[in-house]
Amino acid sequence: MKKILFIVLALSINISFIYSQERSLPNIEVKTLDGNSFNIQELENNNNPIVISFWATWCKPCKKELNNIAEVYEEWQEETGVKIIAISIDDTRSMSKVAPYVNSSDWEYEVYLDSNSDLKRAMGVSTVPHTFLLNGKGNIVWDHRGYIDGDEDELYEKIEELGK
Amino acid sequence: MKKNVIILGLLFSYLFTNGQDLGEIHGDFNLNLQSYLEDASINAVAADEVIRNNSYLNILFTRNNFTAGVRYESYLNALLDYDDDFKGNGIPYRFATYSTSGLEITAGNFYEQFGSGLIFRSYEEKGLGIDNAMDGIRLKYKIGNGINLKTFIAKSRTYFTYADGIFRGIDAEIDLNQAMNLTSKTKYILGGSFVSRYQQRSNPLFELPQNVGLYAGRLNLINGGWNYFGEYAYKINDPLNSIQQENVNYASGSAFTSSLTYSKKGFGITAEIHRADNMLLLSDRDRIGKAYILNYIPTLSKPHAYSLLALYPCATQAMGELGFQLDIFYKINKGTLLGGRYGTKLNFNVSRINGLNSGNSFLNDNQDHTPILISVIDEELYYSDINLEINKKLNKKVRYNLVVANQTYNKDFLEGKTPGEYGVINSTIGVLDISYKIKKGHSIRMELQTLMAKQLETASKKEEGDWVMGLAEYTISPNWFFAVQDMYNYGNEDVSKQLHYINLNVGFIKGANRFEIGYGKKREGIFCVGGVCKLVPSSNGLNFNITSSF
Repeated sequence: MKKILFIVLALSINISFIYSQERSLPNIEVKTLDGNSFNIQELENNNNPIVISFWATWCKPCKKELNNIAEVYEEWQEETGVKIIAISIDDTRSMSKVAPYVNSSDWEYEVYLDSNSDLKRAMGVSTVPHTFLLNGKGNIVWDHRGYIDGDEDELYEKIEELGK
Repeated sequence: MKKNVIILGLLFSYLFTNGQDLGEIHGDFNLNLQSYLEDASINAVAADEVIRNNSYLNILFTRNNFTAGVRYESYLNALLDYDDDFKGNGIPYRFATYSTSGLEITAGNFYEQFGSGLIFRSYEEKGLGIDNAMDGIRLKYKIGNGINLKTFIAKSRTYFTYADGIFRGIDAEIDLNQAMNLTSKTKYILGGSFVSRYQQRSNPLFELPQNVGLYAGRLNLINGGWNYFGEYAYKINDPLNSIQQENVNYASGSAFTSSLTYSKKGFGITAEIHRADNMLLLSDRDRIGKAYILNYIPTLSKPHAYSLLALYPCATQAMGELGFQLDIFYKINKGTLLGGRYGTKLNFNVSRINGLNSGNSFLNDNQDHTPILISVIDEELYYSDINLEINKKLNKKVRYNLVVANQTYNKDFLEGKTPGEYGVINSTIGVLDISYKIKKGHSIRMELQTLMAKQLETASKKEEGDWVMGLAEYTISPNWFFAVQDMYNYGNEDVSKQLHYINLNVGFIKGANRFEIGYGKKREGIFCVGGVCKLVPSSNGLNFNITSSF
């Protein structure tokens, strides 16, 4: 009996070990602003953290979040080496406004287009904005729905924790 | 026995630890509950069920190059603004896909879009009750350098079943620079697609085509800050199933869309034109309704997020329209007189959509009409919008967004009223949205909106007139928000309809979980999200939402 218990325990530890492993990015292609295909699994940042933010040109809180972060982005990069990826879910109605908006706003982010929501669906994003934090190995360690003023402070704390 | 168990245990341990990757399971959940109270003043009806529910659970399993997923959907019963055919529970979405050496195979449900969607787009927009997922087989193949093929054979989902038509499609895209090792600075991407619907002939009087084909070609040129995209689409004749001679239209359909974009640091411009004629693709020729539409002709106007700006929204007329749109984005540098300390962002947008010259193409024994390709003057105006948005951060605490707009809305045409009933509504709208940071984590946001409407004296029915709207939102990052808003129809000529539409909302957010509870009165109208619109009924009651993912 003890042996069986031991085995069950060992098994459940194994199972929880396997399933508690960090979440990785799906095998999905998005488009760059200059027309190339890009597999999201190829994101890399020299083992530094990456933030992925889902947004759209018609989404006010999304733009507020990315504009607020844009003001402190240089500082964030210097302190933590973090890189921010902005995934636009604009479909063909508003997709042509993405590059003009991004460039006129002077965003330094890497921007990708997910115009039929393939990546959005694969990452369980039901509403925008939705922000994911990836550790240096490229695994998702934290995510957050929506944006209210000041949420970037919480995000930055999480990024800093990764550096420790 | 014991021995066997131990061996089995060791074996499992070995598999689990050394085999390592057992795959990952993730998902997301969405619950929407709404109660309905009767309110005669806004024609809101109480639902017999008292509470209605739309809920979804997505589960995805991934291991290396293999992914499988299911979605459980529950409509008990569906929210009042959904079609009644969304009824009961089920797993209408399930798929398995794997990829190897550039080939990706999907069996089951999938979403797909060819080009800009003019001849085919399968997608979901849960908030609007749209989900025309395909069910069948799809292959995607990367043939070496810069050449991508996609092909499928499938049926299209409607509610919990599949529409009658069987669809076959193929799309090829070639990146000339990669495929031919061009060193040109300009990037050339060419694409072509073909889609065909098979549906058995069932009309006793007319010979309707059983196979309806559509094709499209597209071109994308990119050079530095410049980007041009153009697509042309054609559809062979596809008459609706009717036994009335005057309704049977044997004319073919066509559409094109064209956009030119230029942007650089601090500046961006986009100019677009599109035209659609007879270009509605239905998954069942005998059925009409948004659940059966399988192509996508995007609305050529700015999607507005403020409620009074979206009070009279534009809706695409796939059967026939011609539209133009221009967007200019400009950032006034910081440190200048108008730029202030942080710079000022401007977005000017203008759009105009009118009908085709004497209506869409029409052909049968009695009629033969082909509209002029481009005709603007003297054509019936459907919608126009001219607006300017100014976004500015004043200092560390205050940020504001100001929008002024003038919109023209052909209510008779866009809502299918009798000509002359309401006529054309012209409205001038102003929106001020201010955020103020009180202290770390605590912020308050206010919206003030006003809409002044004008209607022709000759209209036989009176439109609602002028509106004001106010909103106050208090947020405590990262967890809480509280909002109260009132939309007031103070300008209604019928004094008994000068109503307040008050809504209260409280939300709690923690990481990937979000809870929201709201109470209030919503007005009947068109609700637009992400470029598509639906009519929502008036409602009065309590709603509760949860979104969550793991």
